[in-house]
Formats: sequence, C-alpha cells, structure tokens
Amino acid sequence: MKITLHVNAGERTVDVEPRTTLLDCLRDELRLTGAHSGCEHGVCGACTVLIDGEPARSCLMFAPQAEGYEITTVEAMSPAPGELGIIQDAFCAAHGMQCGYCTPGMILTAHALLKHNPSPTRAEIVEAISGNLCRCTGYGQIVEAIELAAQRLRGANTEAAR
Amino acid sequence: MNERPKFRFVSADRRVREDRRFVAGMGKYVGDIAEAGMLHVAIVHAPYTAAKIVSFDASRALAMPGVVAVVEGEELSTNVEPLMNGLDTPKVQRYPLAVKHVRYNGEWVAAVVAQTRAQAEDAAECVDVEYEPLPFVIDAEEAYRPSSPPVHAAHGSNVLLDRTFNWGEIDEDFAASDHQLSLRVTWGRSSTVPLETFGVVAMWDPWAEVMDVRASIQMPKYADQIARAMRLPGNAVRVHYDIDVGGSYGVKRGIKHTVLACYLSMKLKQPVRLIEDRLENMSSGDAHGPDRIFDIDAAFNRDGIVRSMKMRALDNAGAYAGRAPFQLGKPIGAIVGPYKINSVRYHAVSVTSNKAVQEAVRGFGQSPTNYAIETMMDRVAEHLGMDRVEIRRRNFIRADEFPYLIPSGTRYDSGDYHTVVDKVMKHVDWPAFVAERDRLRANGAYAGIGIAACLEPSGGNSSFEPLLNPANTTTTWMESCRINVDALGNITATIHTTSSGQGHETLASTVIGEVLEFDPDSIRIVRTDSLTSLPGNSPVGSRMAVMLGGSCYLAANKLKKKLKAIAAHQFDCAPEDVDYVQGVLRAKDGRTLKWAEMVNIAHRNFHLLPEDCEPGLEVTNVYQVPTGTDLPTADGRVQMYPCHSFEFHCILVTIDPDTGKVDIPRYVIGHDCGTVINPHIVKGMTLGGIAHGLGAALMEEFVYDGEGQMMAQSFMDYLLPSSHEVPQVEIVHHCTPSPFTVMGQKGSGESGYLGAPAAISGAVNDAVRSLGIRFNRLPMRMTAISDAIAEAKSKQSN
Repeated sequence: MKITLHVNAGERTVDVEPRTTLLDCLRDELRLTGAHSGCEHGVCGACTVLIDGEPARSCLMFAPQAEGYEITTVEAMSPAPGELGIIQDAFCAAHGMQCGYCTPGMILTAHALLKHNPSPTRAEIVEAISGNLCRCTGYGQIVEAIELAAQRLRGANTEAAR
Repeated sequence: MNERPKFRFVSADRRVREDRRFVAGMGKYVGDIAEAGMLHVAIVHAPYTAAKIVSFDASRALAMPGVVAVVEGEELSTNVEPLMNGLDTPKVQRYPLAVKHVRYNGEWVAAVVAQTRAQAEDAAECVDVEYEPLPFVIDAEEAYRPSSPPVHAAHGSNVLLDRTFNWGEIDEDFAASDHQLSLRVTWGRSSTVPLETFGVVAMWDPWAEVMDVRASIQMPKYADQIARAMRLPGNAVRVHYDIDVGGSYGVKRGIKHTVLACYLSMKLKQPVRLIEDRLENMSSGDAHGPDRIFDIDAAFNRDGIVRSMKMRALDNAGAYAGRAPFQLGKPIGAIVGPYKINSVRYHAVSVTSNKAVQEAVRGFGQSPTNYAIETMMDRVAEHLGMDRVEIRRRNFIRADEFPYLIPSGTRYDSGDYHTVVDKVMKHVDWPAFVAERDRLRANGAYAGIGIAACLEPSGGNSSFEPLLNPANTTTTWMESCRINVDALGNITATIHTTSSGQGHETLASTVIGEVLEFDPDSIRIVRTDSLTSLPGNSPVGSRMAVMLGGSCYLAANKLKKKLKAIAAHQFDCAPEDVDYVQGVLRAKDGRTLKWAEMVNIAHRNFHLLPEDCEPGLEVTNVYQVPTGTDLPTADGRVQMYPCHSFEFHCILVTIDPDTGKVDIPRYVIGHDCGTVINPHIVKGMTLGGIAHGLGAALMEEFVYDGEGQMMAQSFMDYLLPSSHEVPQVEIVHHCTPSPFTVMGQKGSGESGYLGAPAAISGAVNDAVRSLGIRFNRLPMRMTAISDAIAEAKSKQSN
C-alpha cells in the first residue's frame, strides 16, 4: 500500500506491505538507517524515533499507523552534514557511548527530555533514559552527556534544542 | 617505576574520534548494507532438545512468493568443511546447520532464502521436518557421568576436556596448614547480549572469484576460518574491516552464520544477508557464556595466609565444542588472583550437553574464576573471624615482589595492590563506610558490604591453545600497524580489524601522534580488509591497548628512524646525532630539515637517499606479544598474558526484604591499568563492565527447564540492567606502568566485569548473613533472594 509519511520536516511516499514496521520502513525504504533494530519487541529502545516530539519505539508501530504524525529521526539532529548539534556534541564531549548502536535512540530521548525539562536532575535523566538500554557504557557517561547538554542549552542563545 | 611518565596526547582528556559518526546516526553497521539483488535468510529451528531428523520436505516453502532456495544440513555438510574446534576433538563435528541430528532446542535445521526477510520468515514456517526425539542431557554433572547419553555418539562421551594440573607442592601445603575449608559456587549461564544481533552479508563474485564478507564480527582468524570451511584459498576471502559492530564484548563470532551465508551466496550467485532476530540471537546464535560449577578446597593458616588451593571447574559447553572450552584455560594465567598462593591443583572439565553452544564472553572465563576465588577469600575471612579487607591485604603480592611468578607459570608484570586498597579505603572513609552499613541495619534494613580484588590479564596471546590442545603450537598472537606519509606530508595509518566500541581509531592516532609529535586529529586511520591487511588477531583478550598500541608505537618509531637516517645523509653525520622534534630533523650544528623537505626528499629525490633506503615514507610493524613466546612445559606451566591490571571493588548494598530487590547506594572501584591512553575510553569500559557484571550477578541467565527448553528468549525474561539498576560508580585511579609494554599500558577492556559479580555476591551475602542465608550461585535473582529471606524468617519465627 502507498503511504505518505512526514519525516524530518519532509514528505515521503512509499509503497509498503501493511505489516511493515515503521522501523523497517525508515531503514529499508527511506534509507534512514540511524534508527537501529535491537530487540524487535519494544524493550531496548535502539529503534527510538520521535513521533510528534515524543520518543516512541518504531519497531512496535506499523508504517501505515505513522501517517499523519511528525516523525523525527536522528538524521535530523545534525544542523548540516558534518556539523553536530548541541546534544550530539555533548555526547562526544562526555564520550556517552561506545559502539554507537543505542546512541541515536539516546540522543532523541535526551532531546525530548530537554525540550520538556531544561534543568533535569540526575534522577530525572536516569528515569528518562531508562527505556533505552545500553550494553556498553553502564549509563554513567550518557547521564553526564545529558547533564552537559542541558547546561549548554540553557546557556545557548538559540532555541533549537538540537 | 611508579613515576607516571609524561605524555602530550596519551592520557590526555581528548575526544574519541569515532563518536562523531555515531551521534549522527552515521555508523556503518552490517544491517545498513543494501547490495543490489541482495537475498535474505530466515532459519528453521529445531523444536526438540535432541532428535533424529527423519524427513525433510521444503516443497511447500519453495512454492511461496519470493522464495529462492531452501538448504538443509545434509547438502551443506557435503559442500563445506566442519567448523573449527579449539580442542583436539575431531569427532565433535559442527556445521552451520544440523546434519541428521539436532542437539539442542532451537538448533538451526534449514535456511530459507527469499527476496525479502518477511518472505523468508513466512516460508520458514512451511518447511516440514519430521523428528524422532532422542535422550538428552542438560545438567553438567550428569553429562560428566559415563552413563549419560553422549551428545555426539561418535565422540563416545560428553567429556571434551578433563585435565588436572598440579602446580607446586599441594599435598604438603595442605598438610602443613592450620585450617581447611571447602566450598561450591556456581556461575549461571549468561552472556554479553549486545544490542545489535550478529549479522553478515556475503557476496560471492564469480568473476573475481572472491568472497566479500561484511559482518558484525569480533573474531581472531575469521577470514582464515571462512576460507577453510568454504574450501577456498585464503586469498579468495575478503573480510571488510570498515564495519561498525554494535557491541560484542567477546561473543560476536558468528562463524556458522558466515559460512552458511557464504555457501548460499556461492550457490545462488547473489549477495546474501543473514541477520539474527533477537530470539535467534538468544536461543541459537551460539553465543552463550560460561556455565560453570566450582568446587574449591582452601588450605590456610590462622593468620589468614592462604597456602594452597584445589579448584575443580566443571563447565557446560553446550552441544558443540567450538572455542569455548578454552575459557577454562585462560584463567590459568591468573589462577591465584592477586594473591601469593603457593600451590594450586586445577581440575578443568568441559562437557557437552544439549544446551546451546558457548562462545567467548568478556574475560574468557576469568570473571567466573574471580568470583570463585573471591568467594573463597570471603569464606576464609569468615572462618577466621577476620576482616575481609585485611585478609586480602595479608595475601596480596607486594609491590616490590614484581615481576612475580605464579605457580601456573605466568609472571605478573607489575602492581601495587596495597596502595590501591589504601586509596579506596581512604576514599570511602572505611570506618564511616562500615558505620553506614550498620546504621542501615539498625534501622531494620538488610545492608551489606562487598569486597573484591582481582586481576585483568591483558594483552592477550593464546597460550591456552597449546596448553589445552597439544596438537596446537601457537606461540604468537601478533598485531600490526602500517604508517604511510603521503607526498603532501600527511599521515595515514592502517588498522586491521573491526571495532565494536573500543575506540581503536582513537587509540592508534593518539599513540602515533604521541611518538611523531603530531596532533592525533591530523592523522587519518583507515581500516583495511583481510586481503590488504597485515597479520592481526582482532580485539580479543583485552589486548588492543597493549598490542595495537605497541605496534603503532613501534611503527612510528621505525618511521622516525628512517627520517633520521635520511636527514643524517644530508647532514653527513651519524643518524644518532640527529634529533627529531615535532617533525623537524636537527643536526648537532643547528642545521635543520623541515617536515615538508623530508617528505620531498623521500618521495621525489632518490638521489638524496642513503644507500639501501627505500623511497617513500612507509613503515610497517608486526608486533609479537611481549613475554608470550614459549610452549607450555611438560607439567603444564606457561606464560599466559603479559599484563595484569588490578581492580578493587568496595560496595554497599541494601535489599528490600519483601521483593528481594538489591540496591547499590555506593559503588567504588579502585582501578590500575597502568598508563591510560584515553581516559574517556577506559572510564567507559570500567563503568560498562560493572553494569555487565551487575547483570551477571543479579539478573541475567539463560535458564533451561528439565526438558531442555530455554526459558529466557526475550528481553522480557532475560533482563538487561537499565539505568535504574546500574549505580553511580566512583572510580579511584592508580597507575602502575607495565614494564613489559611500550608506554606502560595494560588492558582495560574487561575491567569492572571481572570483579563486580564477586563484589555484589559478597555484599548480598553480608546483608543476609544474620538470617543464616548463603547464596552460592549467580545470578541471585530477586525471586531467589526474596524466597530465601521469607523462608529464613519463617524458620526464625517458628
């Protein structure tokens, strides 16, 4: 079936089987491979995208169900090719990753958190990322990265919480 | 020796260069590869624990849309060689698909190839296989008995390895000791379970006659193993190392997946992609970890000195041998931990069973062994009524005793265990730390302190191979680096492996930049493929800081030496009279040649080069493991790994008496891995290792029921620690450089994981000691803890 998705501020029309997950559609049809497949049953969060600004599991949603929503993937987090947004840069500064597989989901989750709560406590950060598993870092440097991003965003004179 | 060397880039607070692509979602993982005409594979799994395959009928599947082929084990086994065994067990044959018999629940029986993965999965459900169930064995002790049904009838028994080592005067030491005690601890089967499952894309090019392989792999000799299994020349397999691997920690060794995909690609003349789904990964990806029972007898004096230890380690390898039994061998290199135990008897037993197959897991058997040794130390302390920190202090090797030869033949490089412990004790304010536990207890909580001291053998060679398999004469486990300076003067270095988050590009550029005095960010690091690479053994055995770092260091120094020789020729002086400072060559009389001039001479002015000097500025280094060159002695002693990092865990836990949930309000680790190359990377490894150790201690287990059904096949029942479970960790640093490595560095890839399970076990046991409870088995899941507490309380109230 043909569906039209609003992805990263653009419209994309694809022809997919109704059973195609949003994750597979993004990766295989639109070649947006930043969202990763980890568990395919909604636990690990590697496939996280933003649906109308809120983190969601793209492996638990069929692509046709995503019609009409604003879908944001990690590819939209970079201001331009080769440039890092503030949250991305903070993850690099704190080395909030190792293998990078959970990282897109973490970045998007952090983006949503900081949009709602510019000054999260450590406990609030821990709570926000508790739906995103990371097997490499033990989360310490991810929490530090989000703390750093929050601090920098509060000091930035741009509204774009990228 | 304990002076910290001064570096410019090494040990500095510098970013990890790999991170940029990951935060942008621009990592290149195997799942991101889309080749034109790429076919997809779904697997048909065995529903029986042990069975004979009576009939196989793929006709329904083949008639389905998009299906290209269905391949079962009999066809495959006539066209490929069996997969490699570590031990000399030729009758334990393993192919990617079951041949005539299935030996564990979930084993791969057939591969369905279709235009899309969905079509392949649909068709896999329509492959008709008839089975005749056979007797099976799940339990390791039972499998060890001669009466148990052999998993491989041709092998004759389930015993893969049954070897006793006697290092030192064990009986004499036991007889001369004041006390003895025995204990049994069990390490449940868990694994590293990376978020990315294993995947491979194989592409046979019939015109070039080359098999191109892109895989999420972390495996030594991968290309060689593919070539052998596929009956191809080694130079007909090209493994591409520029694939990002989404976590591995040891297990990403999908040789069966790879050989299967290669065979299918060769048969169908199209690219073939095989990516495990999560269920496959957990049930039959052949990536479970050690599953081990330890029986220990300890002999010790009343002053707490442990004189001798007898350890039997019985490991349940699962249905096929693979490389897993070697995980009983690596711990031999640190079999006494950080302690001066005078003699050791080690009885290593590996048995087959009808469980899924094991693979290498972070530490290669060291973490379970450390858990056993540390539990012994706690028991000795308890037996003598002695403080658990004090007993460790009394048994530690002293800083002035290094290099220290342990009974099993390894010479530990360096360490200062007493100082690390002192620093941690000071950091936590030990009396206050104990008082806090006691305050919590006085308020009615179950609170406990856990202590663990252990080593991380690093710089991995493979001495356990000849030790456990006399047919194997491996005495090198080299790693390599090539540096090229182009005609514009820019530096490019190659590394010859995939990475799974360890930051090898950062490691290589930092070390080369340090030696050549160039900003590491200006040095490009390129990953080759197996046909353009130098010899290497992949990032296993916590070896890359030592081995890749060593190779980069030596290659850069070789380049420097060449530059000095060229400059000396221009200055008409001896090379040793030329100085190198930040790319400028300087003679004693003050004449200089700048970097650009040197590059020009090397690239364009052959007439200015000294005799026998090759044009260009290219150097290679192939680095042998420091210390690891001898075969084992007849009595089973061998130098295992060259370097030994130290960690000391000191933690406080509380247990919810109703739910059994363990909280860790305080987690402190003292860590000494010698010279740190990148502090962010080492910190991440340590924190991640602790999280992984917490999983092994409290949450993760591949549980089998009595019928051999694996009960934990999803993340709903195999629980990975989330940000809620993992505590905030405080790291206390210490640096004792290794005298055996180029910059004093040691490994840290397994840090945290090697001691966390022991520390958490010690803390939980301390918390419930007043109830008379003793946990002798990991993981200690919430249900086990709450049941034990409830039972103890009901006994107390009766």
